[in-house]
Amino acid sequence: MNVEEGLKYTESHEWIRVEGDTALIGITDYAQESLGDIVFVEVPEVGTIVAKGDEAVNIESVKVAEAVYAPVTGTVKDVNEDLEDAPETINKDAYGTFIYSITMADPSELNSYMDADAYKAFVDAQD
Amino acid sequence: MIPYIPHSQAEISAMLDRIGAASVDDLFVDIPEELRFSRPIDLPGSMAESDVMNLLAAMANENRTKTLFAGGGQYDHVIPSVVSHLTGRAEFVTAYTPYQPEISQGILQALFEFQSAIAEITGLPVSNASLYDGATAAAEACAMVLNAKRKSRIVLTAGTLHPHTKSVLGTYFADLDVELVELPETSGRVELSTLTSALESAGEELAGVLVQTPNIYGALEDLTGWSDAVHAANGRFIVSAHPLSLGALASPAEWGADIAVGDTQPLGLPPYFGGPSAGYIACGKDLMRRMPGRIVGESVDADGKSAFVLTHQAREQHIKRERATSNICSNQSLAAIANVVYLSALGPTGFAQVSEQNISAAAELRRRLIDEIGLTDYVPGPVFNEFTLRISADRKKWDDTFADCGIVPGVWLSDLDESIPADLFSVAVTEKRTATELDAYIACAREALS
Repeated sequence: MNVEEGLKYTESHEWIRVEGDTALIGITDYAQESLGDIVFVEVPEVGTIVAKGDEAVNIESVKVAEAVYAPVTGTVKDVNEDLEDAPETINKDAYGTFIYSITMADPSELNSYMDADAYKAFVDAQD
Repeated sequence: MIPYIPHSQAEISAMLDRIGAASVDDLFVDIPEELRFSRPIDLPGSMAESDVMNLLAAMANENRTKTLFAGGGQYDHVIPSVVSHLTGRAEFVTAYTPYQPEISQGILQALFEFQSAIAEITGLPVSNASLYDGATAAAEACAMVLNAKRKSRIVLTAGTLHPHTKSVLGTYFADLDVELVELPETSGRVELSTLTSALESAGEELAGVLVQTPNIYGALEDLTGWSDAVHAANGRFIVSAHPLSLGALASPAEWGADIAVGDTQPLGLPPYFGGPSAGYIACGKDLMRRMPGRIVGESVDADGKSAFVLTHQAREQHIKRERATSNICSNQSLAAIANVVYLSALGPTGFAQVSEQNISAAAELRRRLIDEIGLTDYVPGPVFNEFTLRISADRKKWDDTFADCGIVPGVWLSDLDESIPADLFSVAVTEKRTATELDAYIACAREALS
């Protein structure tokens, strides 16, 4: 199970890559493996205002439908349109496949999240 | 007389012994004493099979078969004998939840063909393995459009919907933050101008619009301009269409509908006493993930051979669980199989012919009741196989005269909905009604009004 350096991690298995005031968000390798083959990703509309904790994305695999929550408050800046035709890209490359990005209203919200080591320990404790 | 219970006393003792129970009564030890039924059941004693047959035959002889000109949602059509012949097969009738692909290819294929037939007649590419009935289908379609548009909460519903559909919609959305706004009729139809002003009032919160054609009066709604208006207002368009009418009339896809729904009773199912039938639902690919219920798909097995399976199951409520958007977890397999056998027996040509025959049969009786008997239309203009007249004569005399003639002449619409004027009477004429039966109706009507 891969954990990539330089990213922030949430307890609901999302990763966050910070670029200036933009947070790019995806799901971790652990998450994609638990979900199984992903068949559908429903992304929010660009421009949607989300609060930290809001349900932002829906991911459907062959066996489950899961929500992905916004880790920070802000405005949806960009969405990965390739996921409409090739949702399985997340399974193949979880860290290289962003789902959507948020222009952050309050970057200090990132402070509560884990770094790579802390996340690895968190996942190991789960199993 | 044997009780038709297969276990012998020796088998029962062996089973009790295996689980460590002393007697069958021991299995009910958790039911409080005071709640246990402890007196003999009050039923007459057993009878010989021939005596039972005589008793039932005597009861059956009390039935009076009448000629049905009543519709109001359930219609009396010709049903080719192949329908009951195939649906009566044990493999279809007795199967319970037959969806394991390893052992249910026959039923899965039949349901796939049902879905394909519905997609073909509605013109919309995605359909499911059926819902409970037309009213449920309409409600589920409303739920789909509400869920498909964030922050929407308003659905505009035609005032000319069947009252039972209105009732089910009310129940479905009673405790949710959803507003159903009725589009009032103008002389038995809903006008485009009524729609456009309601769309403007609904504004941003509009999810969609639901209209039924033919409507409760049997009148065909003119849906010209409707889909453009609804889409321009950022809503979705749901058309509830009588499935048999689609053999001759414009399809929901041709009207620009996003979702088509309806009740499949006219497709090879008898009227029974109001059920069972099935509901159908069809939509475009964009709404496929929002569609509730079971969907059968065509795939390949491990050996590369074509096989049918339930597919897109992550939509279903037992997978979405607390995030489910619908409670639907079942369908009406046997009814849907009857529907697809019926449609297959007719084929596209037969389907179009039956549809046309319904139109001309109803037109014939309607013309005669107006010209020869002097009754008046409530809604002039085109209908399918049902029309509504104004009958201001004595209702009891009308009902009793026809009862004596052995005819059920139609439905008093106020019986379905008290707010409908008491003089509106709906008459259905299907391809099953013969010239002799129409003559008998005319003669009886003359007598009832004399």
